Amino acid sequence: MIQIKDLNVKLSGFSLHDIDLTVERGEFFTLLGPTGAGKTVVLESVIGIIPVEKGRIYINNKEVTNLPPEKRNIGIVYQDHALFPHLTVYKNITYGLRYHKINGKEPGKNLSFIIDRLSLVPLLERSVINLSGGEKQKVALARALAVDPSVLLLDEPLSALDPNFREDTREILKRLHVETGITILMVTHDFTEAHFLAQRTAVINNGRIEQIGSIPEVFHKPSTPFVAKFVGMKNIFPAIFNGNKAQIGKLAIKTNSLINGSKKYIAIRPEDIHISTEKQSLPERNSIKGTVSKILNHGFYCDVSIETFYIKFTAIIPSNSPVTMNLAEENSVYISFDPADVHVL
Amino acid sequence: MTAKKHIDPFIWLAVSSSIIIIAFILFPLIEMVAQPSFADLMDTIKDKDVISSIWLSLYTSGTAALISFIFGTPFAYLLARKDFAGKKIIESIIDLPIMIPHPVIGIAILSIAGQNHWLGQIISSIGIRIMGSVTGIIVVLTFVGLPFYVNTVKAGFESIPSRLENVSRSLGASITDTFFRVTFPLAWRSMVVGMIMCTARAVSEFGAVVIVAYHPMIAPVMIYERFTAYGLKYSQPVAVWLIIVCLFLFLLLRIFSVQKKHSP
Repeated sequence: MIQIKDLNVKLSGFSLHDIDLTVERGEFFTLLGPTGAGKTVVLESVIGIIPVEKGRIYINNKEVTNLPPEKRNIGIVYQDHALFPHLTVYKNITYGLRYHKINGKEPGKNLSFIIDRLSLVPLLERSVINLSGGEKQKVALARALAVDPSVLLLDEPLSALDPNFREDTREILKRLHVETGITILMVTHDFTEAHFLAQRTAVINNGRIEQIGSIPEVFHKPSTPFVAKFVGMKNIFPAIFNGNKAQIGKLAIKTNSLINGSKKYIAIRPEDIHISTEKQSLPERNSIKGTVSKILNHGFYCDVSIETFYIKFTAIIPSNSPVTMNLAEENSVYISFDPADVHVL
Repeated sequence: MTAKKHIDPFIWLAVSSSIIIIAFILFPLIEMVAQPSFADLMDTIKDKDVISSIWLSLYTSGTAALISFIFGTPFAYLLARKDFAGKKIIESIIDLPIMIPHPVIGIAILSIAGQNHWLGQIISSIGIRIMGSVTGIIVVLTFVGLPFYVNTVKAGFESIPSRLENVSRSLGASITDTFFRVTFPLAWRSMVVGMIMCTARAVSEFGAVVIVAYHPMIAPVMIYERFTAYGLKYSQPVAVWLIIVCLFLFLLLRIFSVQKKHSP
């Protein structure tokens, strides 16, 4: 279990502000945020590399705020693996064993289990220098797990891997978490990874936590425009609210929300916007006429920009749809979306 | 008909400059090495005074490098790994011996090592003599050689990602264990290079040594003495032997500079 209470860190040119976070025992928790948001600073504060200006850190209910890293029993895996280049795979994995009594279990037993689970047996005597990215990441994982840490911190462990290895390593991480039951705090900028691996997540931006919640909650009910944008909501507009309607300029949009005075924005996921060439006769839905201003093909899908009342909506459609729908730039189309899909922020 | 290959004027400029620089360095040295006869060279190397002065140069320079290794390594580590107030000033202080005219270094050392200074009195009271002694030469050579060691090793430490040390400590190793199990095995090559740089710099020192210890005579002082007393013909062979020693040291430097590629 990791408890971070009111954590403040001041570095030259960057600060963490009032970070409050609890990762429950055995939980897989992700800390999401863009590059430079402060994710790694949080991890390195927890591990004891970066000094804490204010606040407390607890690992399994024991305060570790002022303990040196070697006394915290926290494992860390970095994106760049940080393997010791002068040691073999086996010596990397067993590096920390001499400092740890493995809680009554034989160190070798724990070690064999990890090496076996990560399929590292054929690599043990090899130098780490010539391993592939995926192999290096597995060695880094094995090294961190070999000392039976109280918690495991993962710093974007999948980002540097090519897509095939990334999926494999993601599966391995999930399986290891289930099999070992270890508490994991992983930082990532990829919401898909969080979706696949974690139970809960926190979104961090500019050194502040923007939202903490379950993955579906953060995905479907972002609490700030930043989180909405981060989880892929491309249609975020400032609005004035009147009853259950949001007014954006001359455009009135139906919502399903009971709106209080503090809300200022609406957000709609691009995949929730339906495009048609003819007006839909579904009065409960929002239906707006607009002009296609841009079609951007991403391979498997297309981003379609539709302008109406000087507002630009973005919708996602399959990449073959522009052909089947006979859709082209400058065409007049109708967009429609359910009031339930209008998120009020 | 083949198309004429166009070479950019900047490449011409770069190549011409390189040729001029190489000629500028090599021409006087080659001339000096070529002028003494083989018999003169062999006679010189049989001269006990020459051998002892070259040996003294190597011994004092090597000791200066060893002292730099012992005290300079932790200092270089601190500069490479820690940010603290006044770090830029400390780094500038380290470079001072490179910038100060060398006789001034000799005078500065004498000014604190003499009987008129409290430090000189303490040193003297415990039986250490600086003026005109091997100890004095080692002090001077350490003074001029230290910046080369510290700067080289600092760059070596900086090239090792601090994340390796973070991981080591997260696995239970103390700072000391981490240094000896991770940092040192990855940085020893830069320490060897630093020691060679320091030794090479110390071997060539004349200005500061001549103020502090004319005797016992290191090789550069002997070359100077033979030049002023007997002329070019008698100083050249000693200089040639010193150049051969320096060349050997720099050859070692180049060999150790070629590092294996590590991917951390």
